[in-house]
Amino acid sequence: MDLIIMQLALFVLSLFLGVELITKVPPTLHTPLMSGTNAISGITLVGAVLAAGAGEASMLVHALGFIAVVMATLNVIGGYLVTNRMLAMFKRKD
Amino acid sequence: MNESIVDIIYLVAAVLFVLGIKGLTKPKTAVRGNTLSALGMLVAVVITLLDRDIVSFEYIIAGMVTGGVIGGLMATRIQMTSMPQMVALLNGCGGGASLGLAAASYLLAMEGNGYSTDIMGVLAVSFVMVTVLIGAVTMSGSLVAFAKLQELISGQSIGFAGMKFLNGAIFLTALALLVMLCINPANTPLFWALVTLAIVLGLTLVLPIGGADMPVVIALLNSYSGIAAAAAGFILGNTVLIVTGSLVGASGLILTNIMCVAMNRSLTNVLFGVMAEGSEDIDADEIYAGKVKSAQPEEISMILETARRVVIVPGFGMAMAQAQHAVRELADVMEDHGIEVEYAIHPVAGRMPGHMNVLLAEAEVPYDQMVEMDRINPTFEQTDVAIVIGANDVTNPMARDDKGSPIYGMPILNVDKAKTVVVIKRSMSPGFAGLPNPLFAKDNCLMVFGDGKKAVIDITANLDLS
Repeated sequence: MDLIIMQLALFVLSLFLGVELITKVPPTLHTPLMSGTNAISGITLVGAVLAAGAGEASMLVHALGFIAVVMATLNVIGGYLVTNRMLAMFKRKD
Repeated sequence: MNESIVDIIYLVAAVLFVLGIKGLTKPKTAVRGNTLSALGMLVAVVITLLDRDIVSFEYIIAGMVTGGVIGGLMATRIQMTSMPQMVALLNGCGGGASLGLAAASYLLAMEGNGYSTDIMGVLAVSFVMVTVLIGAVTMSGSLVAFAKLQELISGQSIGFAGMKFLNGAIFLTALALLVMLCINPANTPLFWALVTLAIVLGLTLVLPIGGADMPVVIALLNSYSGIAAAAAGFILGNTVLIVTGSLVGASGLILTNIMCVAMNRSLTNVLFGVMAEGSEDIDADEIYAGKVKSAQPEEISMILETARRVVIVPGFGMAMAQAQHAVRELADVMEDHGIEVEYAIHPVAGRMPGHMNVLLAEAEVPYDQMVEMDRINPTFEQTDVAIVIGANDVTNPMARDDKGSPIYGMPILNVDKAKTVVVIKRSMSPGFAGLPNPLFAKDNCLMVFGDGKKAVIDITANLDLS
């Protein structure tokens, strides 16, 4: 129980940290911000990997784990690459 | 590997994510920030792969290769005008991944010893079910948003008057199922019913939301995908998921709020597709009657030749016409001859937050020329020509002057204060709000009808600034 309370505290504090960080992002960068944070939310890959690689489990569990890994990886790779592509365009040309 | 070491490395990853987002606050540091956050992801994934609970790697490798190839291809091929669709799809994948892992973890527990009946067991089940609910809504909702933006289905509001009651009923039923599953986790059919219901809820929530409200929906789904990840973190007791998920959740919520403020509408209004009621019917013919002046590109070129300051106001129409490069070329020619050029960006111009900025950046417009609404509005009075290309509602003076109009109070770009306003538009058709725009009937306004890209190229070709 203590552990869950601590995790809850972590969740709430991170929300505040998020608000502090994001309010400073200028409107010009809102699209890369979305795709960039989107890539970060692909962190579910960590959990998906654990589910897909579990030992004794039925085919259904493996299949769901596999789907989760595909979607999370797509999210991560697609998100970071497309963000990088956009941000490179914002570099000052001098 | 020792669990404490794994946790410390997860902490390192979380720090890299925070530094990464911090980097995104300035164009100069943004690329580095994105790289830092990608590095954090790499660290977190690699350390997870070393986990001793993982015994079979074939599904992981196959999944990573499949997802990586699709994601890589999409990211490198997608056109900048299609960026809203891309982000919608990525949101959907984030939600789907959370749904998949929650379902897998639930079934795994069912195949094993099930959940304990004490408070910890109930909490564990509730985390799974909450993740399923948010993950599924994010996934199906994002797919609808994608289909609308890609124009696979109509971009307009699809639904009926009582839609919100249906949504409310579905949501309450889903909550009831969630509670029942917490009491009796072993009821697998009930679990699948919850999954189905949540997917349907995502569809019915987003279908009634029309075109110009898309920026709000995309931002909101972005937030949901983060919250789903955080909820998944509670299932696994994984701190890095909790921290990063809530960072993303907060980011999406802030953007959602910015978009709502920029449209002067509440989130509930957007979600339920409500537009404010006007106090009287507004007759387009009465406003436009005989007062709209149309002009040829050559005439616009002549006006620009004597201008000293020009402001370009892009909207979704510029994206549709793929006119961003043509616009930049026109700006280049004017700048070469000492005309000051700036771009006025309304927060909800386009189909997602920052959409116009990305398009202009693609056309190599320097970012310090893209000026946000609050800073550019006071300068319109010193502006000789304002060129509105593919924007409508965000320039409608009714929002400022007409207390009876449905959009009254929405912040707009005051283009009508410029000496001359040039509006490049296909026809007199109204924007998303369905209202006539009195700007078009003003004395200082000239309409250029036709394809945006062609009109801009014609104007550039006829400029004689020697």
